[in-house]
Amino acid sequence: MKNSRRSFLKIAGISAIGFSMTPVVNVFASSGQEGNKPEPSYSVNKKALKAKRWGLVIDTRKLSEEIVEELGKTCSKIHNIPEIKNKDHEIKWIWGEEFKHAFPGKENEFLDERMKHLSMPVLCNHCKDAPCVRVCPTKATFKRPDGIVLMDFHRCIGCRFCMAACPYGSRSFNFIDPRTVLPKDRKEWNLEFPTRMKGVVEKCNFCAERLAVGKTPACVEASHGALAFGDLEDPKSEVRKLLKSNYTIRRKPSLGTGPSVYYIV
Amino acid sequence: MLEKALKGSNKYWIWIFCLLGVIGIGALTYINQYRVGLGITGMSRDVSWGFYISQFTYLVGVAAGGVMLVLPYYLHDYKKFGKITILGEFLAVSALIMCLLFIAADMGQPVRAFNMLMHPTPGSVLFWDASVLNGYLFLNIIIGWNVLEAERNGVPTAGWVKPLIYLSIPFAFGIHTVTAFLYCGLPGRGFWLTAILAPRFLASAFAAGPAFIIILSFIIKKVTNFDAGKEAIQTISKIVTYALIANVFFLLCEVFVAFYSKIPEHTAHLKYLFVGLHGHGVLAPWMWTSIALMLIAILLLLIPATRSNEFVLGITCVFVLIGTWIDKGLGLIAGGFVPSPLHHVNEYIPTIKEIFIGLGIYGIGFLILTVLFKIAITIREEVDA
Repeated sequence: MKNSRRSFLKIAGISAIGFSMTPVVNVFASSGQEGNKPEPSYSVNKKALKAKRWGLVIDTRKLSEEIVEELGKTCSKIHNIPEIKNKDHEIKWIWGEEFKHAFPGKENEFLDERMKHLSMPVLCNHCKDAPCVRVCPTKATFKRPDGIVLMDFHRCIGCRFCMAACPYGSRSFNFIDPRTVLPKDRKEWNLEFPTRMKGVVEKCNFCAERLAVGKTPACVEASHGALAFGDLEDPKSEVRKLLKSNYTIRRKPSLGTGPSVYYIV
Repeated sequence: MLEKALKGSNKYWIWIFCLLGVIGIGALTYINQYRVGLGITGMSRDVSWGFYISQFTYLVGVAAGGVMLVLPYYLHDYKKFGKITILGEFLAVSALIMCLLFIAADMGQPVRAFNMLMHPTPGSVLFWDASVLNGYLFLNIIIGWNVLEAERNGVPTAGWVKPLIYLSIPFAFGIHTVTAFLYCGLPGRGFWLTAILAPRFLASAFAAGPAFIIILSFIIKKVTNFDAGKEAIQTISKIVTYALIANVFFLLCEVFVAFYSKIPEHTAHLKYLFVGLHGHGVLAPWMWTSIALMLIAILLLLIPATRSNEFVLGITCVFVLIGTWIDKGLGLIAGGFVPSPLHHVNEYIPTIKEIFIGLGIYGIGFLILTVLFKIAITIREEVDA
C-alpha cells in the first residue's frame, strides 16, 4: 500500500513537471525550425498605412497649452482612457510636462521663458531597442516590424516590470477597473477600440488601429500641424524632411533606447 | 514524516492557531484586493512596485542565506554544522514559498500567472528568476526531506542526493544574483544601475539569513531539547559579522561614487532616502535607524565578549534583521522609484490592507517553517533517544 502510494505520487509529480515544462522545452526545441508551423492567414486592409519604422516629429514652436491639452483629450476619447481623479492611479498615453520633467538632465540653468513654461507633449517613444519589450516575461508587450511597440491586454499578467524598465514613465497600470470610471452611457465609449480590465498595463500605441484602416494617429490630426507622423527609414518622408531642416532633440538618447519621437525646439 | 507535526504541546497549537488567524486576516484582505485591484495598495503610477516586491527581495536573501550553513558543512566538511544544515534548508523552503506568494500578490492578473510558462521569454530576467527560485525551492525540499528521512531510518543519505546538494550551492548564489539583475539592468533607474547591486544583495543576504538562523536556534533551544551547539552558533555569528561589514562597505562605496561624482541621477535617490528631496523624506528616519542598527551590530559582533554572550548575540541578530530589512525591504524599492524618471517626487507609503496581506504571507511562511522545524526536531530527538 505504502509503496504503491509512493510510486503513484512519484509518477504524478514527474508528470506534473513534464506537462508544465512542455511549452518551455518547445520554445528551445522549435527555434530555427519555424517553417513547420502553419502560417496564420489574415487579410490586410488595402488602405492601411505602412512604414519600415514609424516616427513622430513634434514642432514645439507650434504648440500651445491648449493644443497639448487637446492632444490628450482626443487620445483619451478614442482609446477609452478613463479620467481618474486619484493622481496615483491615472492612465496617461499622451500628456504635457514642463521642459525640466520631459528632459531631466537637459534643463539649462538659464532657459528661455517660452521653453521654461511650455507644456511638452510626452508619450511612448516606440524605442528602436525598447527596454519594456526586453523585460516582459510573457511577450505581452512586443515590437511590430514597423517599429510600433504594442500591448496585448489579454496576455499581460500585470507584473509591471515594463513600468520599472521604461525610462520615460510612459506606461500606466490599471490599479482599478477602468470600466467603472468610464462614462456610464456606453454610447460615449468608442466601441471600435477595446476597453481594458483592471490589473493590466497600457500605453500609447501610435494609433495602430487607425493606421490599419488608413488614418494617421488621432493626436497628429488634432495637433494643428504641430505633430508630423511618418516613416523614419524613408528619406523622402515628411518626418525625414523636417529632421533634415530642423535641429531636434530626443528624450534621454544617451540610454541607447533609440526613441522614435523627435522634438523641434 | 508529516505526522510528527500533528502531535505537539498546547503551546505549539496556540502558536499554530495564532498563525492561522493572521493568515485568515491576510486572506480576507487579499479577496478584497483581488476584487478591487491593486488600487487598495499605496502603489502608484510613479512607484509601481512597493511592499510586496521589496518583501520578496528581502526573503530571497533569507533563502539564499541558508547556504552559509550548507557550504561549510558539505564543501569544507565543517562537522559542527552537521546538526543544523537541515534548519538552513527548511528555512530556505519557507522563505521561497513566501517569495512566490509575494510575487503572486503583486500581480495585477494573478490568474494569468501561467502565461509565463505558456509564453516563456528567455530574454526576460523574470523568466530566469522564476526558474532559479523554483529550482532552488525543489532542490531544498528534496534534499531536506531525504537527508531527514535517512537520518530517521538510521541509514546514510542516498548517493544521488549529494550532487543535488552541490548543485544547490551555486543555485543559492544564483537566486539572489538574478533577483538583483531584475533591478540593475534597467536603464534610467540610477539607484539600481550599479554593478555592485548583486554583491550587495548577497552580502546583506549572508548577514540576514544566518542571523535569523541564530535567533531561531535560540528559540528552539528554549522550547525543545534541541541545541545547535555553542561552537556552531559562534561560527555562524562570525559569518554574520563579515557579511554585515561587507554590506555596509558596499553601501559606502555607493555613497562615495554618487556624491564624489555628483551626478544628479545617482545622488537624487540617496538624498531622497537619507535627507529627503524637495521636502519629501518619509523614509529618512527609517534609513538612519537602519544604518545605526547595522553599525551597532557590527560593533557588538566584533567584540569577542559581546559576541560570545548568548543574550547579547540574540539582540544583535535582531538588530541585523531589522537593519537589513529596512535597507532592503523598505529603502531599496522606494529609493529606486523616487524620484521618478521624469524627476517627480511622488512618495510611497504602504496601506494597512497591503500590510495585512503581507503579514498573511509571513504567517504562511512561519506556519511552514514551524511545521518543517517541528518534524526535523522531533526526529532529531527520537534519534538521540
